[in-house]
Amino acid sequence: MANKPNTPMLDQLEGGPWPSFVTGLKRLADDEGKSHAPIMKSLLGQLEHSYETRKGYWKGGTIGVRGYGAGVIPRFSEVAGDYPESSEFHTLRIMPPAGMHYDTAILRKMCDIWEKHGSGLIAFHGQSGDIMFQGCDSENVQTSFDALNELGFDLGGAGAGVRTSMSCVGAARCEQSCFDEAKALRMVINNMLDDMHRPSLPYKFKAKFSGCGNDCVNATHRSDFAVLGTWADDIKVNQDEVKKYVATLGRKGVNDQVVNMCPTRALSLNDDDTLEIDNKSCVRCMHCINVMTKALSPGDEKGVTILAGGKRTLKIGDLMGTVIVPFHRMETEEDYEWLVELSETVLEFFAENALEHERTGEMIERIGMINFLDGIGLDVDPNMVSHPRTSSYIRMDGWDDEVTKWNSRHGAAAAE
Amino acid sequence: MSEAQAAPRMPDECGVPDPQQYMHPTLKKNYGAWDWHDRPRVGVLHHVAKSGDEVWTVKAGTQRQMDVHTIRKLCDIADEFADGHVRFTTRSNIEYIVADQSKVDPLIKKLEGEGFPVGGTGNSVSMISHTQGWLHCDIPATDASGVVKSLMDELYQEFTNEQMPNRVKITTSCCQINCGGQGDIAINIQHTKPPVINHDLVANVCERPAVVARCPVAAIRPALVNGKPSLEVDEKKCVCCGACYPPCPPMQINDAENSKLAIWVGGKHSSTRSKPSFHKLVVAGLPNTPPRWPEVSKTVMKILHAYKEDGRAWERMNEWIDRIGWPRFFELTGLPFTKYHIEDWRGGRNSLNASNHVHF
Ligand code: HEM
Ligand code: SF4
Ligand code: SF4
Ligand code: SF4
Ligand code: SF4
Repeated sequence: MANKPNTPMLDQLEGGPWPSFVTGLKRLADDEGKSHAPIMKSLLGQLEHSYETRKGYWKGGTIGVRGYGAGVIPRFSEVAGDYPESSEFHTLRIMPPAGMHYDTAILRKMCDIWEKHGSGLIAFHGQSGDIMFQGCDSENVQTSFDALNELGFDLGGAGAGVRTSMSCVGAARCEQSCFDEAKALRMVINNMLDDMHRPSLPYKFKAKFSGCGNDCVNATHRSDFAVLGTWADDIKVNQDEVKKYVATLGRKGVNDQVVNMCPTRALSLNDDDTLEIDNKSCVRCMHCINVMTKALSPGDEKGVTILAGGKRTLKIGDLMGTVIVPFHRMETEEDYEWLVELSETVLEFFAENALEHERTGEMIERIGMINFLDGIGLDVDPNMVSHPRTSSYIRMDGWDDEVTKWNSRHGAAAAE
Repeated sequence: MSEAQAAPRMPDECGVPDPQQYMHPTLKKNYGAWDWHDRPRVGVLHHVAKSGDEVWTVKAGTQRQMDVHTIRKLCDIADEFADGHVRFTTRSNIEYIVADQSKVDPLIKKLEGEGFPVGGTGNSVSMISHTQGWLHCDIPATDASGVVKSLMDELYQEFTNEQMPNRVKITTSCCQINCGGQGDIAINIQHTKPPVINHDLVANVCERPAVVARCPVAAIRPALVNGKPSLEVDEKKCVCCGACYPPCPPMQINDAENSKLAIWVGGKHSSTRSKPSFHKLVVAGLPNTPPRWPEVSKTVMKILHAYKEDGRAWERMNEWIDRIGWPRFFELTGLPFTKYHIEDWRGGRNSLNASNHVHF
């Protein structure tokens, strides 16, 4: 395919104000003399063909780099006869720096590598967080990876293994952050690299890290191991700033937008325009803090809540992550090591107990939360449920022992 | 040459890179010590550290799948205005962090001049997170980048303004597996017909035990067809999820006519105010019409318009619907309610109304 194909349908995607990926594809196809130009001409042809026929024409296969079993997504064209130069169009999933910070020097180096060995098309980022270097033939997969690896970057996950992770911007720029998300992400994931690079788990395993209940990286719903920041003591209040919000929003405004929107009715506006907070009722949902950023902030006793088992549709329907650790303080190096150990325990339990093609959440549903907690060595806590059991069909002959356990734990806590 | 003897290069399993080495110096200096923030204008966040240091973040939309020329252009802008640092958000917006307030306006002007919309903050509609589609996935029934480009053209005003009751997150997925996830509005393709099996190929390429295990409703059985081992699908059971295709490409689920788009609303990931929630079906059967999918845009705009008019400050879409009730949602959006809106999957009864609470 020597000439740029006619793409009347794709051309329509160049109109309109939003930046167009088609314009980018065409620019690459126009880079006469560069190795990616023919690839991109061919790809444009295949994509236009998809638009005309409303079908996709890629199939998978197996391609990898030396030493690893995952991280490259192989794509072979089913219409290579017509579009030969993009007949192999593999993607390298590359793990980004935690929080997705870059300097321009590193981005330019990535561009140079991908222009030389690949198609010149890069997605920042995929839905799991990878930088996706899209469009490489089989021969160049190893050379591209070597070059990126020399820059200090590593392949991410694919298949039945640990997947690439994300953390929010958090401590780097956000005053709501309740722990060091980047540090937690790097410690937990770097400890699991073997299960990312040589996948042999029952199915995929994802972990994500958000600094507070706003959950900017969607950890709750979209990871098997979700770490969310929170705090245990009282919300910090600057009453002078509260009064300024009352002055600008009005009393009705503050009542409508802050007080009445608190999910646990923990807030009340006093007659003197100060804010009263019943911290025992507060669930650290972040709403009031989000509205009054200057007046309210998270408390000092900061830590994390951990949820397990979130995922999307396959195979039994959507599952939300559920609380397995209501609170753990995150301050010292030991706290971070505790987190690494817990993640490892959960991963090992999953590896040993899940069925083929079963996610953590499905396994928990199949074996029951109690067996899961037993397996990973965590105690039950009322924060783990929306409400206690409603079904009466259960044997409870071990009741007295469980009561003793609870009492001894609580006695110990009280004595601390 | 000695190259032949050289041991092959083994990977340096360096893992997740440390962000500190790439971070803007003012962020690095005040790591974990920020005090408060506000939004001086759409697309700009202003953060103040406990040290008194301040940074302005200018957020701009990108097309996510970028050619190297676009990335280099974004780098040139960062070198000129933002000390050579950027970061990306989970929704593929780029963020320029500036420690000198006087650079904010020229930076915005530059970005807009180069065709990168500034916005995506606060109560705007942010960039749509999307999956791969025809550009790269092996099972998509539609494109992702194309649907998103078309929608973002329509939503341009909503990206560059903050006029919604609360932030709006839209996601798209190009098959029912739904890598794209859920959001305030989730758009995903639905296959409406069971897979067509090419029996001649099954014996060669299909991982048969894997595909039988993959089916969520146990609709696939091994069978002998024309004397060759193949598979059969109980079409009454099949929910057209598409999961059988990756381990068995001869089970063709892609279909130009019968793959339709569906729109779901009210998903929310955060624990802010209400607990996280799943998205719910509101419209199905929208035609898959490249290159601009006008029917999808029209329906999305209808839903957004109703939410914009009727939602109260800080209500996310699911919270708005919780307040007004589903009957009013269907009334305000003018969308039909059908038997397909009633859940019959696991735990379906939990979604039925077991009360005297009805809306009029
Ligand atoms: C051949 C099949 C598939 C392909 C080509 C594919 C492709 C992708 C890609 C490219 C991403 C983004 C990756 C990244 O950002 O690093 C992704 C993410 C995702 N995939 Fe898939 N996928 C496939 C099958 C599945 C299946 C079977 C499921 C679920 C059962 C699934 C669920 C997801 C989810 C939930 C995400 C988003 C995760 C997140 O946001 O954390 N995918 N997929
Ligand atoms: S999740 Fe919380 S800490 Fe993290 S960026 Fe969002 S608001 Fe900030
Ligand atoms: S953080 Fe949420 S639950 Fe706690 S007081 Fe504020 S609004 Fe209420
Ligand atoms: S949603 Fe489906 S078609 Fe789209 S990228 Fe994910 S698996 Fe592929
Ligand atoms: S499309 Fe889904 S439900 Fe139908 S046979 Fe395939 S895996 Fe089973």
